[in-house]
Amino acid sequence: MPSLGEVIPKIRSKNAGPFWVTIDLFCGTPALFKAVATRLSTAEVAKLFSQPAPAVKRFDIEDLNVVKFSFPRPVVQGSRTDRDMHGAQWATLLAEYDINLPPSP
Amino acid sequence: MPTRILIPSGVLGLGFDKAALAKGVAAKPDLICIDGGSTDSGPFSLGSATSKYARSVTKSEWRQLMLARAEAGVPLVIGTAGTCGADPCVDWMYQITCELAAELGQHLRIARLYSSQPSERIIDALAQGRLRALHPAPEVSPQTLGEMANIVALAGAEQIQTALATGADIVIAGRTTDTAIIAALPLARGDHAGAAWHGAKVGECGALCSTNPMSGVILVSFDETGFTVQPMADGATCTPHSVSAHMLYENSDPFILYEPGGHLDVTRSRYTALDARRVRVEGSEWHPGAYSVKLEGARLAGYQTTILAVLRDAHYVANAGKWADNLHAFLTGLIAERMGLAPETYDLEFRLIGVNSALGAMENKVGTPSEVGVLGLITAQTAEIAAEIGKLANPHVLHYPLTKDEELPTFAFPYSPAQSDRGALYEFALNHVLELDDPMSAFNLTVTEVA
Repeated sequence: MPSLGEVIPKIRSKNAGPFWVTIDLFCGTPALFKAVATRLSTAEVAKLFSQPAPAVKRFDIEDLNVVKFSFPRPVVQGSRTDRDMHGAQWATLLAEYDINLPPSP
Repeated sequence: MPTRILIPSGVLGLGFDKAALAKGVAAKPDLICIDGGSTDSGPFSLGSATSKYARSVTKSEWRQLMLARAEAGVPLVIGTAGTCGADPCVDWMYQITCELAAELGQHLRIARLYSSQPSERIIDALAQGRLRALHPAPEVSPQTLGEMANIVALAGAEQIQTALATGADIVIAGRTTDTAIIAALPLARGDHAGAAWHGAKVGECGALCSTNPMSGVILVSFDETGFTVQPMADGATCTPHSVSAHMLYENSDPFILYEPGGHLDVTRSRYTALDARRVRVEGSEWHPGAYSVKLEGARLAGYQTTILAVLRDAHYVANAGKWADNLHAFLTGLIAERMGLAPETYDLEFRLIGVNSALGAMENKVGTPSEVGVLGLITAQTAEIAAEIGKLANPHVLHYPLTKDEELPTFAFPYSPAQSDRGALYEFALNHVLELDDPMSAFNLTVTEVA
């Protein structure tokens, strides 16, 4: 099974203020958007980041072929136990996540 | 008449394309504005009320913008001066501006907008029910509010309009929302309110909404029905995708943006390519609401000393987690024995670089690194205690063995001393809004003439 990062053009994460982190999956094409939006569940993403599923907000944005997830940072940005000030490395967990997608055309 | 706002880059200190700035000035803007910071880099700037950017870089870029202002003959506005926008940072920026005014021979009227909040004002607001927690918000009490190192309120368009109404050539604003400095003039002129806020959001990171983010300079034109955005650098283009995708950036909700006095909704915005470079946006909605300003606060969370060592010996690399756990337990005992400190009075943590230092417990990949960096973080109530624990730990971080019956190892220290005293550690401690009857009641304005 390929990883998400091998299938879609871009995955990024970043703080949305000190208390939230947001992750954008740029799928590139309507076909890949539909495949990712259908097969990647919010529960899977929540588990990857050790979050309760109801804490994760999800936006399927068809016009941009983007699936977006936002959730409160488990550790406030820059506090003693924070390990990633900008939250930008969190995206790697999704980029490396294996997903069962149909082969690209 | 459209209102044209020229934005040289997403933040003062990151640089911009000089030729693009010249083109922007030639396009006859009505105002030039730039952001001076955000919470992006962490709580230290707000905690210490200092800029994260080098003074030399700030001054050299501000010189170019002051020259551009003089040529364009329009106001120049900086928001969130000095990274965090606390009062000392506004004064720091004002000092730089005065030096440049003298060096350039410019006679200027300068308005300073101050955003710092005395803790008593916020404690009163808490008692009066005018302090509203956002989600998720740290617990606050009169005591925790009184202990904040610095609190700032994010000014909106109204406060920037008040500063511009003084006839200032330059406005140096403390903490503002990223968008307020851009939206203020179009709103004052009666341009479409949804467009003013949406265009401001698109433009607030400069050319990040274009295909050439590093070029910096962008021009946003506002009118009665919408806005048009165009990058100024040769070869940079804006497309409906690059412009609409910017609402995703650093936003937890890509359709709704809360600002003082209401919120922007871009659910029904329409993005149209006017040509190969320019994008037109209409249909953005502004929904007025109660007037409140967001607060940011940083409090002292202790003092830190760090220590760094590198394990290269394959046996130690393979057992780094166990080694660090053993060392932690050993040091905890030694600190109690030698310094009389119970574990709950300080914090000692080892992070293994090459294993899981970026993601911690979320890390799900097991690699085979050739070396492992050991970053020890010591946090204590005083800098002296943190430094003393660092010295106590030093020889053991260097020589601690995995088993009792082996020759003492010696790991790689990258420098001498291996420990570094980092000083104060701050943490963000407010995610609240302050309700105001009068937008200016939590802000101060000072106007001076300099030559």
